[in-house]
Amino acid sequence: MSRFFSFTRLRALLSKELIQMRRDRITFAMMLGVPLMQLMLFGFAINNDPKGLPAALVAPTQDRYSRAIVTALELTGYYRFTHPHASAAEAEALIARGDVSFVVTLPSDFGRRVDRGDHPALLIEADATDPSVASGAVSTLSTVAAEALLREKGIEAQARESAAQSLEVVVHRRYNPEGVTQYNIVPGLLGVILQMTMVMMTAMALTRELERGTMENLLSMPATPLEIMLGKVLPFLGVGAVQVVVVLVAARAIFGVPFLGPLPLLLLGVFVFVSSLVILGYLFSTVARTQMQAMQLTFFYFLPSLLLSGFMFPFRGMPGWAQALGELFPLTHFLRIVRAVMLKGADTAAVAQPMAALTLFAIGFAAFALLRFRRTLD
Amino acid sequence: MTDEPAIEVRGLVKRFGGRAVVDDVSLTVAKGEIAGFLGPNGSGKTTTIRLMCGLLTPDAGEGRVLGHDILTEGRAIKREVGYMTQRFSFYEDLTIEENLRFVAGLYGLDDARRAVSGTLADLGLTSRRGQLAGSLSGGWKQRLALAACIMHRPQLLLLDEPTAGVDPKARRDFWNEIHQLASGGLTVLVSTHYMDEAERCHRINYISYGKLVAKGTVSEVVRDAGLTTFVLSGRNVTRAAERLEGMDGVDQVAPFGNTLHVVGKNADLLRAAAERVAKETGCDLSPSETSLEDVFIQLMGKARDNMQ
Ligand SMILES: Nc1ncnc2c1ncn2[C@@H]1O[C@H](COP(=O)(O)OP(=O)(O)OP(=O)(O)O)[C@@H](O)[C@H]1O
Ligand SMILES: [Mg+2]
Repeated sequence: MSRFFSFTRLRALLSKELIQMRRDRITFAMMLGVPLMQLMLFGFAINNDPKGLPAALVAPTQDRYSRAIVTALELTGYYRFTHPHASAAEAEALIARGDVSFVVTLPSDFGRRVDRGDHPALLIEADATDPSVASGAVSTLSTVAAEALLREKGIEAQARESAAQSLEVVVHRRYNPEGVTQYNIVPGLLGVILQMTMVMMTAMALTRELERGTMENLLSMPATPLEIMLGKVLPFLGVGAVQVVVVLVAARAIFGVPFLGPLPLLLLGVFVFVSSLVILGYLFSTVARTQMQAMQLTFFYFLPSLLLSGFMFPFRGMPGWAQALGELFPLTHFLRIVRAVMLKGADTAAVAQPMAALTLFAIGFAAFALLRFRRTLD
Repeated sequence: MTDEPAIEVRGLVKRFGGRAVVDDVSLTVAKGEIAGFLGPNGSGKTTTIRLMCGLLTPDAGEGRVLGHDILTEGRAIKREVGYMTQRFSFYEDLTIEENLRFVAGLYGLDDARRAVSGTLADLGLTSRRGQLAGSLSGGWKQRLALAACIMHRPQLLLLDEPTAGVDPKARRDFWNEIHQLASGGLTVLVSTHYMDEAERCHRINYISYGKLVAKGTVSEVVRDAGLTTFVLSGRNVTRAAERLEGMDGVDQVAPFGNTLHVVGKNADLLRAAAERVAKETGCDLSPSETSLEDVFIQLMGKARDNMQ
């Protein structure tokens, strides 16, 4: 039996952890149920390009032009006119209360001016307290409204001609041509869900022994810090594997997320990511003295990692210092891997850098945890 | 090697928050000896034991346990020592058998299966081996813990109140087993609050407020205390007790059934006081052996005086 590492001891520690994991029914169920619940909840709920937002129409004289505009706007999918006959004062109250996201105002002489060939003005007020509400809906607007009016006047051909004369800008929405939010969110959720369960569970590893008083016994027996760490984190690799399968199958079957790259590459990325997570959680548990402290540490870590990793907001859109900070989270690198492999069909070379970063994290956390491990009860 | 003591520590000091909980403790336990470790609650017994098996780092002092330096060779000590914690610290969510298997695996026992089934049979727990350890009664938890820490055949047992809450029959079995193991060369350091257990030890060490204040065989400790004891008996012992309390030369007054034990350091003063009260109350007076308990109570009182 080696001094520093023995498989017999590791096996004893592993089987003990597995038995305890199995007996803790609620935690066990949560480890498998929570990922699925979160995936469904967030996968369906989060939408960066919201559609069907409520709108009010203020049009003192309702005629065929105003109806044409309403129809055209509704056809874009962004607007849903819940209050089609609002007065200006009512509309003001509606948008202030947040009951509608848009107020479309047509002046009373709108129809007359269109017939005269003037340039009639059309006011759209958007509730931009949440900028993402306004962006998509407003960007499509000017062409839609103009075309609607021209069509209504029966000079569609002319409209197309005039459009053709102006400068043509071609935009390709690559990797996600329809701009489906789920394609971006669901692979990211894989990372977030794994991070949530893996870090939280392993952060309890040592503090639970401390709180139950079993640490004194464990430390008085000849298990080494490395064996104890492996015994604590390895079972969670198995739990992580199950979660990965659940999330990936759901991503494909329920959300239809494309899966372009090689699966083994993705799984390798997941493996390195989960390894870094469980060791990070274990590192937390060497620092914390109680389960409560471990929880607080974990949450202290979660929020910045969610906000700065590129899960919530585009990574490249953050200021330089925030990007630098973001590089410190394993989640950031994992998101690059998972999005590149699933959506872009990236090969090994394309994800080598984030892969190396994750490996370094895992090794660094492990070294730190072994240093931090207290062999005594001091 | 053979004549080297199993435990030899010198000048151990452990402070918690500036307070010396173990204060300059030196202790020697010979191989094959059963050493009792006694002292009031909070006197530092558990802390001293933890220092000796490498679970706490001393702030000062040095020593060897089974020939290994306690400061640098904790790993070697852990392999050869069986430590039974005061508070049950096996896994309550594991069964009896799973706990034993875990211990057998950690010590890398060659035939773990046999060791586990043998221990279960010795305990008489074979039929209950699938029961969760947490659902055992207090006494059975103690017995399981003891069995688990001798499974790997250690050379030194550090037992922290192993018989707290254990019934008399099991306690006697336990002590018989300890003596049997000791005759086979095992060394035992056992902390206890029971006087009868102290008397079953080869030598005892008494610690008070972190200081080792008495050591030796039971008769040596009693003799060194230099106490005199009288027993009063009769119908009026209660009144006699009231009269004796606080009299010159009377250090302890303790009723035992229909008799009254009076203990004092100064034999002449004590005799004078006891004779006067015996005459007043019509009690019979006779000299008696000083018990270990009397000595300990005396030591406790003295240590408290030192603290003030
Ligand atoms: N980790 C710790 N931090 C702070 N104080 C401690 C710690 N461990 C023990 N103490 C203090 O040290 C003193 C001695 O405790 P210890 O457990 O060694 O006493 P003991 O002799 O075993 O008592 P008992 O007979 O009640 O078991 C107590 O006052 C206790 O409060
Ligand atoms: Mg104690």
